[in-house]
Amino acid sequence: MLNIGNKQTRVDGPQKVTGKATYTADIAAPFYHAYVLQSTIACGSITAIDTTAAEAFEGVKAIFTHLNLPERLKNKVDYTDPLAPPGKPFRPFYNNTILYNGQPIALVVAESFEQARYASKLIKVTYEEKKFKGSLAENLKNASADRAPEPAKNRGDFTKAFKNSDYTIIREYRQSRNYHNPMEPHATSVEYNSDGNIVVYDKIQGVASSLKYLKGVFGLGADSVRVKSDFVGGAFGSGLRPQYQLFMATLAALELKHNVQMVMTRAQMFSFGYRPEVIHTMKLGCSKDGTLTALSHKTVGETSTFEDFNETIVDWSGLLYKCDNVNLEYELTPVQSYTPLDMRAPGGVSGVYALECAIDELAHEAGIDPLEFRRKNYVDYDQNENKPFTSKELKACYARCEEVFNWNNRKSLAKTDPHLLLGYGMATGSWEALQQPASVALSMNEMGTFTIKCATADIGTGTYTVMSQIAADKLGVSLDKIKFKLGDTAFPDSPIEGGSWTVSSVGSAVAAICEKFQYRIFDVWKRNNPEYQAVAFEAISFQDAKLKYGSKTFAFTEIMQQASKDELSIAHSEAPADGQDTHSGYAHCCVMVEVTVDKELGIIKVPRLVNVSAAGKIINPKTAENQLLGSMIWGLGMALREEGMVDSRYGRVMNANFAEYHIAVNADIHDIHTEFVEEHDDKVNPLGAKGVGELGIVGLAAAISNAIFDATGKRLRKLPMLLDDVLEV
Amino acid sequence: MNTNPVHFTLNGKPVKISIEPWTTLLDYLRYHKKLVGTKKGCDHGQCGACTVLVDGNSVNSCLCLLVSLDGKDITTIEGIGTADNLSVEQQIFIEEDAYQCGFCTPGQICSTIAMRNRGEINSEEELKDWMSGNLCRCAAYKNLTKAARRIYKES
Ligand code: FES
Ligand code: FES
Repeated sequence: MLNIGNKQTRVDGPQKVTGKATYTADIAAPFYHAYVLQSTIACGSITAIDTTAAEAFEGVKAIFTHLNLPERLKNKVDYTDPLAPPGKPFRPFYNNTILYNGQPIALVVAESFEQARYASKLIKVTYEEKKFKGSLAENLKNASADRAPEPAKNRGDFTKAFKNSDYTIIREYRQSRNYHNPMEPHATSVEYNSDGNIVVYDKIQGVASSLKYLKGVFGLGADSVRVKSDFVGGAFGSGLRPQYQLFMATLAALELKHNVQMVMTRAQMFSFGYRPEVIHTMKLGCSKDGTLTALSHKTVGETSTFEDFNETIVDWSGLLYKCDNVNLEYELTPVQSYTPLDMRAPGGVSGVYALECAIDELAHEAGIDPLEFRRKNYVDYDQNENKPFTSKELKACYARCEEVFNWNNRKSLAKTDPHLLLGYGMATGSWEALQQPASVALSMNEMGTFTIKCATADIGTGTYTVMSQIAADKLGVSLDKIKFKLGDTAFPDSPIEGGSWTVSSVGSAVAAICEKFQYRIFDVWKRNNPEYQAVAFEAISFQDAKLKYGSKTFAFTEIMQQASKDELSIAHSEAPADGQDTHSGYAHCCVMVEVTVDKELGIIKVPRLVNVSAAGKIINPKTAENQLLGSMIWGLGMALREEGMVDSRYGRVMNANFAEYHIAVNADIHDIHTEFVEEHDDKVNPLGAKGVGELGIVGLAAAISNAIFDATGKRLRKLPMLLDDVLEV
Repeated sequence: MNTNPVHFTLNGKPVKISIEPWTTLLDYLRYHKKLVGTKKGCDHGQCGACTVLVDGNSVNSCLCLLVSLDGKDITTIEGIGTADNLSVEQQIFIEEDAYQCGFCTPGQICSTIAMRNRGEINSEEELKDWMSGNLCRCAAYKNLTKAARRIYKES
């Protein structure tokens, strides 16, 4: 049976449902436990730090602060990681300067977690505070395009076209700060071996990033440190850069020559990166018949005072619809906070939110159905880059979504409770389909089991399963004959798991190495069977763990008995094919939502949510659908729930816990549906597959916002949209 | 250090120990017994990752002091089934793909079992409410609901 395209249950399912999947904090070793004390001011310096009482506390092994940071970590040390934005990365304990509220300022290492935590409360810190401005709004006048990368080139003459448009809108949209909050808190467990080498278990989306950081900061050689990460309890971008617990646990382990574990508390999960707060200004114009004639998108986003975090936000407005007069601007302004961090569909989710709200407003001005308006301005090439798409079946998504949702009859759908207002909204979504270079190694044992290794990750996306499916098909063996291993710097290099490119990058490498191994089997078979010398590769096939030639079959295990030991393993590196940059690769979707708004109470609910996606070849519809639904629910959370609230007087996150930082829960989700349309793509990568982990969140908040307007006649133009917003406007 | 005696049943085996009174059931499981299948997602009773069964009811083990469990019957995910011998609930979770990263899964499974033990669910909304004490940041809610419904009806 073919595995690719099959709704395969996860190969790591049995481990996950029995509690045997070992996440970073589950590593069993006699650890010392590390606990971080955080700054209570946002700006200034530490004038004194008294650790005497804490040091004397039972079980405490060591305390680290800026006063005793080893000298070797100060000079010419490289604190960057592969995804560090321009600027100077945060250096824990480097000096007494306070850059943000919640900054780690002391590390207590003790025999137990309780001891470390308690002792941290005994440390006395004196600060000298400086004045600062803690919010994006207060820092707007420092916004500058110099700190941000240049967006896609402007085209046409926006000003003139805008002036000549029949309908125009000028609108501002605001998004609040969002925190990743994977269920698994960030953690690092360091095993200190007797030879002085360390094995570091880190919560990370790519072990290579942790390794690069450790080499740069601690000067460790490649053979003295190995980073592993078998299971990651969600990340959504929080593991794209090594977080400070990696520094802490490693510092303590190396200094104390002992195993050390550090697990962040939930509150500490709000003490590093986040999706930044942004403000968009949109100016759109169209002609009477709904042709989009002018579009300007300007975004100002927050960053830290020490790094220029940037996202691709406004470019999406130059990409999604046909428009010949486009102006794009992007500015950053520093606030007294930690640096923002890529979070699920970074940039796209923000840019498309503003664009898709504005398009809806313009369609409304022009008196045109929002779906028809989008169809009218459909574009089949990338105007930003002036390139064709590798494939784009968005029209099919529109058509299918329209049908499944019953969009055209939506107004005649059942009226419900007289207390409820009913509304419908839609949006387009899109996400990049990129391929990165990736390497893999394959070996076969005498039982005919194949082990494939790659330093990639499975953050819940299904990497273990999907890679096994690809390999099983390409080799012509059953799924249980494949052991896919990941999350280890001893394995061949992989891109970090992010950007929805794992299937296309690692998957293409897996497919290629399996094909390579077919040739290996073929060669050994011919060598030992002189009578088949003249047989061409095309004349044979691989099925049921056998080489088939005509009516004859030869088991892989038998053929490979004749192989030398070296011949049983191979390595392969796969890179995007030459000329791939002649096309732009994107996945697309259409989303439609139904909302109800309580007339008296303002409570907003989403009874129905439909997404139809075009994402190339779907390797595993079961895991792909799950990921897509998950990202749609993220969109709902972003629209109606999530808000990192900063007290601008103190620069402190006020709701750093799950009771007050709301994420979508089971009861928020009602009728939710996603499906894929056929999309054939022979250009995007050898598999023709596009990632889906980020697609579903893009556009969704706009669709909900548009539906709320449809229900109430109010445009909220901010995220999250709360019941008091509905009642207030 | 002050300790208090307590005895209980853990995954079918009687246990008798003396322990510091501030030790939570969660820390006891994870740090003392190395039963790490039960997860710590918040330590504040806000996420449900630490859910275990106490006398068949779901309990946030992070909010529960071990010394308060004298005479109780405690079951963790490790006591529900193993990879070679999966329980019906675990099997259903796999079939329905009721997870992604798997971190919230042990707690979710315990909650579905407690829900079925209680047998008080009358509607889909009640079922979702029951399951809303277990956050899933991967948001596998649709499949979680399917799995919970099957567990409630089938097993
Ligand atoms: S860890 Fe107990 S509820 Fe979150
Ligand atoms: S499966 Fe990842 S948090 Fe639920």
